[in-house]
Amino acid sequence: MDKKIALSMRGVTKRFGNVVANHHVDLDVYQGEILAVLGENGCGKTTLMNMLAGIYFPDEGKIYKDGEEVVIRSPQDAFNLKIGMIHQHFKLVDRFTAAENIVLGTHEKEQYNLKTVNNRVSGIAEKYGFNIDPQKKIYDMSVSEKQTVEILKVLYRGADILILDEPTAVLTPQEIGRLFKVLKSMKEDGKSIIIITHKLNEVLEVSDRVAILRKGEHIATVDTCEATEASLTEMMVGKKVSLNIDRTEPVNPETRLDIRKLNCVNAEGLPVVKDVSFTVNSGEILGIAGIAGSGQRELLEAIAGMQPINSGEIVFINPKKGRPVTFYHKTLKKVKQMAAQNAFHGWNGKPVSFQGLSNGVIRRLVGSGEVLFNEDEIIDLRGRTPLEIRELGIRLSFVPEDRLGMGLVGSMGITDNMMLRSYRKGHVGFVDRKQPRKLAEEIIQELEVNTPGVNTPVRRLSGGNVQKVLLGREIAFAPKVLMAAYPVRGLDINSSYTIYNLLNKQKQNGVAVIFVGEDLDVLLALCDRILVINSGAVTGIVDARTATKEEIGLMMTRTSTVGEEDA
Amino acid sequence: MNIWLNFLIDSLAFGATFMYGSTGEIITEKGGHLNLGIPGVMCMGGAGGCLVLNMIGKSNLPGALIVILGILGAVTMAMLMGLIYSFLTVTLRANQNVTGLALTTFGAGLMKVIMSKLDATVYLVGPKQFYRWPFAGRTDSLQYLGVLFFLAVIIAVVSSWVLYKTKVGLHLRAVGENPGTADAVGINVTRYKYAASCIGSGIAGLGGFYYIIDYMASPEAYLSLEVFGWLSIALVIFALWRPHMTIIGSTVFGFLFSCSSHIANIDGITVTMAAKPLLKMLPYVFTIAVLIFTSIRNKRENQPPASLGLSYFREER
Repeated sequence: MDKKIALSMRGVTKRFGNVVANHHVDLDVYQGEILAVLGENGCGKTTLMNMLAGIYFPDEGKIYKDGEEVVIRSPQDAFNLKIGMIHQHFKLVDRFTAAENIVLGTHEKEQYNLKTVNNRVSGIAEKYGFNIDPQKKIYDMSVSEKQTVEILKVLYRGADILILDEPTAVLTPQEIGRLFKVLKSMKEDGKSIIIITHKLNEVLEVSDRVAILRKGEHIATVDTCEATEASLTEMMVGKKVSLNIDRTEPVNPETRLDIRKLNCVNAEGLPVVKDVSFTVNSGEILGIAGIAGSGQRELLEAIAGMQPINSGEIVFINPKKGRPVTFYHKTLKKVKQMAAQNAFHGWNGKPVSFQGLSNGVIRRLVGSGEVLFNEDEIIDLRGRTPLEIRELGIRLSFVPEDRLGMGLVGSMGITDNMMLRSYRKGHVGFVDRKQPRKLAEEIIQELEVNTPGVNTPVRRLSGGNVQKVLLGREIAFAPKVLMAAYPVRGLDINSSYTIYNLLNKQKQNGVAVIFVGEDLDVLLALCDRILVINSGAVTGIVDARTATKEEIGLMMTRTSTVGEEDA
Repeated sequence: MNIWLNFLIDSLAFGATFMYGSTGEIITEKGGHLNLGIPGVMCMGGAGGCLVLNMIGKSNLPGALIVILGILGAVTMAMLMGLIYSFLTVTLRANQNVTGLALTTFGAGLMKVIMSKLDATVYLVGPKQFYRWPFAGRTDSLQYLGVLFFLAVIIAVVSSWVLYKTKVGLHLRAVGENPGTADAVGINVTRYKYAASCIGSGIAGLGGFYYIIDYMASPEAYLSLEVFGWLSIALVIFALWRPHMTIIGSTVFGFLFSCSSHIANIDGITVTMAAKPLLKMLPYVFTIAVLIFTSIRNKRENQPPASLGLSYFREER
């Protein structure tokens, strides 16, 4: 190639504690090209680019700009080298106008004058074909406009290498088209553009070359014209790694959750869950595979009653057949009503109607456990509060980006965190601390939680231990459906295996387990079935015993059909 | 002179106390720090100024120099309070509300100790004609508007200009809105926060000094100073975080405050004993009304800085 190398990395390594995020990565970027950096979640794409942007400093290796070795210690250093990065989470001041955001922090000698800034911004925008009003406030802008401001911010500072971290994740297909046009006109202007992505069709559409990363290592850099979706997927996911996870056959699977044509929108009104239908069975682990942010979170939250549902049905089939009726969450009135509708039978198989019996006798009959349910209870979960859903035995052990945010209170000890689930129990105004404390000790013992004591704030525990506490608590309340999202994110191998064993045990106990995971190897080894979700829509449900990584990888990333539907 | 004009001038003169206090607080809040220590800072500003005047008031230094040294004394003492506040809240990331309240208690108490040891006949007499410039020697109510009053107006206007028309102001507002973003574009967040808190405190301290030696000019003036510190903080909301708006706001507050004494001078109005406490309630009722009103009108431009009251720590996500 006759083009000049603008930037190159040689042997770059970055570690976080014991985890190696990037291992001896070599990468070249030419002038006037679009390089796509492709890889799965957590393969070290963003870490690698953050080292160019001055967010992280490499532990080993060298970076060369225009043939000279450079040291990038801060975002300021990167700016000075004309490297600019557009992060996934925009760093903008909402109350400022576009122009004010763009000029923020620049060191120009000339007098600060918003008018000249506005003109300059408009000039750059016109040159590359952006459509933007410099005087518009950020809080009035759409996501795509905000992204434009971020790009202009970098261009205003004179950057000639632009790094875009998953720029299309938040855009509509039309906006993506516009962005690609702008990127191409910048490329023609001699700028080098690096886009981080995991969407194959976009890679093929816009890039000149593709660098593939897998598990922190640089696998290959290929010319886009010679690549196909299949060849890229294969390099991205790699060969199958066999993990030593015991997988038992499901015992008597019965449908627990039946989800039909579920649709949800997010806060911005964009559809995040599209026509999703599937069933969850008892004694089985259903894996959910997908690129991060494809709607997994919203799907689970919808089941747990925390995400409003636009349309569709979520039906929970409560296993009641043949089990004794209790007053646990049924009043006497309700029991009598149900008996009148022939919902119960006795040990002898004959229907029980309570005709002519006094309340005292009914209480004694039910209390002795001699009255059984005829059928499973079918419960529509729509419109129920998260509390009601939880009482039914549907447990969400959700692990969002920050583990402590939704599940546990960081500044409280393990005992107090156990009480978050049990404080409603008890009859007087005082809480019962004895049971939660016992439970806390049991969890520490059984799950080998490494903590100085039951009252140590959970914030001080390591990620794996926090995870064990969270899962342990949800499991302790004998769930019927257990949903775990990214339960092993950020955990070391041993802790991960403890979690897998925990989930497997639940499965053997007849719990319906939903496992949202990132690592395809784990999903394939742990789950019974895998549901693949892509931009909020289900692209397939496969048998984990026979499916291949390539198959799932393609289902996760191929977006062409979805895009056409939208347009 | 017209009774209403007297009324207005008195309102302006009284309002300068709030003007200093709330301009100082606005600058602090623009940097993202809620300084509830402003009453204490104003108290200590007053005490610092009086302390200097007490030392040099009887010397034969030129009058103008004595005034300037007094002002410097007030500003220095108040900035020291601001420095304590910023060290605790910026460097040590202590809770801003708690720190502020502690400083108010501390400042108000310490001021009372200092003031009780000073000789009011020295610090109050001083070179009076210099405070009174340019209306020195006049016998009508214009004499109440002196150097320190005009300084308050100038500071309020200049603060607005700096905040909204210069790059330093843009950077400071960015720090208060979103310190993470400001940090990412290479603005020294810590330096801006320190500067805003200290300069804001210095300005607020002048308010205390003005109130004691100029507006009230009485040995007991310091006893009622803390209340006006609190009202200055309330006035920030009324001014919608714009320093020049404090000129109007403080005049309104001053007007309401002097209502009870002035209204009796107007022909045809008799203020009964029962009405007097009611009139004295006016500024407080008004403050509550303003709070309700500004909370209802939820316009984006009129909101406090987005990261007000939150500590910034770069490595925290």
